[in-house]
Amino acid sequence: MSGTTAAAGGHHGEPGGFLRKYVFSADHKMIARQYMFISLFWAAVGGYFAYIIRWQLAHPEADIPLFGRPIGPDEYNAFVTMHGTIMVFFVAMPLLLASFGNFLIPLMIGARDMAFPRLNMLSVWVLGAASALLLLSFFVEGGPAAGGWTGYPPLSARTAYVGADKGMDLWLLALALEFASFLMGGINFLVTPLNMRTRGMGLLRMPLFVWMVMIASLLFLLSVGPLVAGAVMLLLDRNLGTSFFLASGGGDPLLWQHLFWFFGHPEVYVILLPGLGAMMEVMPTFSRKTIFGYRPIIVAVLVAGALSFVVWAHHQYISGLDPRLATPFSVTTILISVPFALIVFALLATLWGGSIRLATPMWFAVGGLAVFIFGGLTGIFNGSAAVDIYIHDTYFVVAHFHSTFFSALFLAGFAAIYYWYPKMFGRMMNEALGQIHFWGTFLFFLAVFVPMHLVGVGGMMRRIANPGQYEFLAPLSGLNRMITMSAVLLLLSQFFFAFNFFWSMFRGRRAPDNPWEGTTLEWTTPSPPPHGNWPGEVPQVHHPPYGYGLPGAGEDWVPQHRPAPSGAGAGR
Amino acid sequence: MFAWLPENVSTFGGDIDSIFRFIYYIVGFWFLATQGFLIYCLIRFRRRPGRRPPYLHGNNLSQAAWILLPLVIVLVLDLWIDFRSADVWAKVKVGGPRPDVVIEVTGKQFNWIMTYPGPDGRFGTADDKKVENELHVPVNKVVQVVLRGEDVIHSFFLPQLRLKQDVVPGRAIRAWFQATKPGKYEIPCAELCGFGHSGMKGWLHVHAEAQYKEWARKMWPGS
Amino acid sequence: MSTAAHASAGAAESTPFPSAKLGIWWFLASEIMVFGGLIVSYLLFRMAGPGWSAELHHNSTLLGTVNTLILLTSSFTMVEVHRAHGRGEEAKFRLHLALTILLGLVFLAIKGAEYTAHIREGLVPAKSMFWAFYFGMTGLHGLHVLGGIVANACLYAVAARPGGVARYGHRAEMNGLYWHFVDVVWIFLFPLLYLG
Ligand code: HEA
Ligand code: HEA
Ligand code: CUA
Ligand SMILES: [Cu+2]
Repeated sequence: MSGTTAAAGGHHGEPGGFLRKYVFSADHKMIARQYMFISLFWAAVGGYFAYIIRWQLAHPEADIPLFGRPIGPDEYNAFVTMHGTIMVFFVAMPLLLASFGNFLIPLMIGARDMAFPRLNMLSVWVLGAASALLLLSFFVEGGPAAGGWTGYPPLSARTAYVGADKGMDLWLLALALEFASFLMGGINFLVTPLNMRTRGMGLLRMPLFVWMVMIASLLFLLSVGPLVAGAVMLLLDRNLGTSFFLASGGGDPLLWQHLFWFFGHPEVYVILLPGLGAMMEVMPTFSRKTIFGYRPIIVAVLVAGALSFVVWAHHQYISGLDPRLATPFSVTTILISVPFALIVFALLATLWGGSIRLATPMWFAVGGLAVFIFGGLTGIFNGSAAVDIYIHDTYFVVAHFHSTFFSALFLAGFAAIYYWYPKMFGRMMNEALGQIHFWGTFLFFLAVFVPMHLVGVGGMMRRIANPGQYEFLAPLSGLNRMITMSAVLLLLSQFFFAFNFFWSMFRGRRAPDNPWEGTTLEWTTPSPPPHGNWPGEVPQVHHPPYGYGLPGAGEDWVPQHRPAPSGAGAGR
Repeated sequence: MFAWLPENVSTFGGDIDSIFRFIYYIVGFWFLATQGFLIYCLIRFRRRPGRRPPYLHGNNLSQAAWILLPLVIVLVLDLWIDFRSADVWAKVKVGGPRPDVVIEVTGKQFNWIMTYPGPDGRFGTADDKKVENELHVPVNKVVQVVLRGEDVIHSFFLPQLRLKQDVVPGRAIRAWFQATKPGKYEIPCAELCGFGHSGMKGWLHVHAEAQYKEWARKMWPGS
Repeated sequence: MSTAAHASAGAAESTPFPSAKLGIWWFLASEIMVFGGLIVSYLLFRMAGPGWSAELHHNSTLLGTVNTLILLTSSFTMVEVHRAHGRGEEAKFRLHLALTILLGLVFLAIKGAEYTAHIREGLVPAKSMFWAFYFGMTGLHGLHVLGGIVANACLYAVAARPGGVARYGHRAEMNGLYWHFVDVVWIFLFPLLYLG
């Protein structure tokens, strides 16, 4: 069985040599670090593009500091397209799913590595190739793709249009490789927890983060296929003269939208779920209380995941779709608030009665939860087809999806980084800098994206380079400048993180095995874990995760690998 | 928040705004409830030495009831939003009243081409007139626009009338509105359509009865 | 120490299915969605455009049928490869594997001949929606056949070594699952694209 090939145990020793250890490594922990560096690199690029976008919107004709000149509307479209593509596919998925999924799944379930270590290595290299293609697209004739991250044809289907030249082919290829990378990763994320658990680790004893990554991978695996087919068709339209998406040749532009959003909606949950999963790990640990509703949460996520396959047309209410279809999709869309409400209530109930310590990871986790609730609730406005007539393609939608994305990617993502950094790099991050980073990020996030809803209510359209061209948007210019100011401060706050991240790697306090007194298996091995994950035997598991406050136990927390005191935790 | 809405000048705009408000109150309630609870927990249950939290796993029904009962309220409110919203959607987008005036609007990079049928009220005849970016309609009359796209997707947006409809090549999509106040309103394009998307806009002129007649006389002199 | 090292292979808690098999199944599930997306798109257009059957008659039902039979036979030989591994029959293993590869190549050759004929007649992808779908679907399928051939060739290369079948023969099952899937896709494509 291929599982044996490279999942070496401790007795093989560490592979020697710089290249074998840091570059061509099949060790899930090194792969996780590689994913993390790739995603942080792209986060800096995506953040820089956000800055260019915001500056342009506030001061349309001015030189952009740190860019050197004003940008034209064609370049603006390219920056928006690349910002969205990068943040979604090259930051969020690599960081939340790939980096933490890789790092934590084997450690949490008590495996020595992933099920298919070499496939794992391949996946990171394919993502590297995708990154290279995307970077290359900035330097080809005609510039990078400028058709929006959704790449709607016909605009994306004819090379003659501005911003749809070679850059668009490269964009499509980069996405195709990205999908291939995550299909390989996804197979690992599904098979490893199914088949590689340590003794006693039943499926319903896995930490929720593992469940979230599994379900996210499942959603990705089942939704991306049609878009891959769509990408093939689009490449044919562009390069062989077919007309799948061109009305002139008998095709239909809306076909792409169906294929894209059939994937696109599950995709937003692919990003959300690992983020929620991180919150579900951090919150019990820092409130010293078991998670409330472990099983109901899993059921709710499965229900939400299933529903996510039948809501896609809520992105297309006014696209020219048969108007009678809007209401059924509106109903399924709004119903999805029920499973998510369960998850939110369960997390709130987890806090209730706890003994809450507000260290940096916890601040980011509760901040992330607060913002997710906010962003989820604004989704209900979009979900109502009637209201969406007005707010579709306005900044209300932009504000909605930044609230949800930002909470998952950056708030929950930072919670995860601060929480697992000690395990990953063997050093503690600086707590004071962390708190400053949190407040800077959280408050300036609010200052950017809460007023952005008002800009949307004012009617400002997405993807316009110069709001000054419209009279009815004139009242919004003050708001837009204020948002830009806040966005600059939001970005500047990230320097506290960047400094902390790199400085702690070399100068941080050495991390103990279990700095947060967590109960899951990753805390039972040294920080950072050795090759093979546990120096000796893999610990055996005796009861569910989050054994805080078990009745009958002497201590107020019982790690998963320690036999539960008699009578305690028998409830599940 | 609603102070930022542009003034509404269409018959159905008020319905849309009222659903907007309705959802705002419902989600506003949940916003305050959840965030209030969260902040309360952070303050009330902050760490104190010796405090031992209760063991609430929430896996059996008697405990899970604490989160399942509010779900029923969420479900009921969801359905309420669905029903009210469905009515308004049907009014604006499904069918629509019999039009008094029909105008063809064609979106192309980067202009709106308006085709007026002329006095005979029919398209494809000699008295059709094409005008770029200027849409003239009478106030208080039901206007139907037939939206066509020549190259890529555009979106016909009338912010003050709360109307938006994508314009798709290969389709003739009908939309309608009834303006309630004379004036001059912008018609932005709301769907990314290329480098000229920003700034692709026309004007909607809503005329009082008399001015509309006068405009028509100038367009089709001698009829 | 060494028992711990092998814990990853025979982990204590797992499903009854070997990891490699699970992996292939997940992979095939995502592949089904790719071809599913194409086929559903095709059906939607087909229902909207009744004129298609005329163009479809340019396709030779004979060649299509032959190719279908070839793929079906190759599925059969693939099963034999797997069986041979179970029984430890090395020569039979290699023979049937070679046959499977050969049949795959014949399939591609016939497909290639059809392509050339079509293109000579001016029936190129850009000609109409039917030909766009025809080339898109059969092309993507052809690439999958090619992938299967490459996978089988790799297996042949390692199995040809002394003792190779015993060591690597179990991989025939994974290759087989994939190969049957490619076969099944063709079973869908054949009536959709050849039979009016
Ligand atoms: C992580 C990302 C993420 C998440 C989690 C969501 C979650 C949701 N989204 Fe969002 N959405 C996006 C990312 C996300 N979205 C993106 C990227 C786009 C735009 C893409 C583009 O066009 O470029 C988009 C666009 C988008 C649209 C299309 C808008 C338009 O283009 O006009 C719609 C419409 O229905 C929508 C709805 C929803 C709904 C109903 C949810 C729900 O899942 C939310 C459920 C959660 C809650 C509701 C909160 C918790 C519940 C309670 C506290 C109980 C009380 C609630 C009620 C009584 C209702 N979203
Ligand atoms: C996860 C997704 C994500 C995230 C996090 C963001 C973050 C931000 N986005 Fe983005 N955005 C999108 C996804 C995202 N965006 C998408 C999909 C679109 C639609 C595109 C389209 O229409 O096609 C969009 C569009 C979009 C627009 C609309 C443009 C338009 O329609 O014309 C605007 C305008 O204000 C904007 C602004 C911002 C800002 C100010 C941030 C800020 O929050 C940015 C803050 C940045 C950071 C916080 C980065 C921090 C850096 C690090 C952490 C790295 C540290 C480095 C090291 C340690 C090495 N975005
Ligand atoms: Cu036309 Cu945007
Ligand atoms: Cu969606």
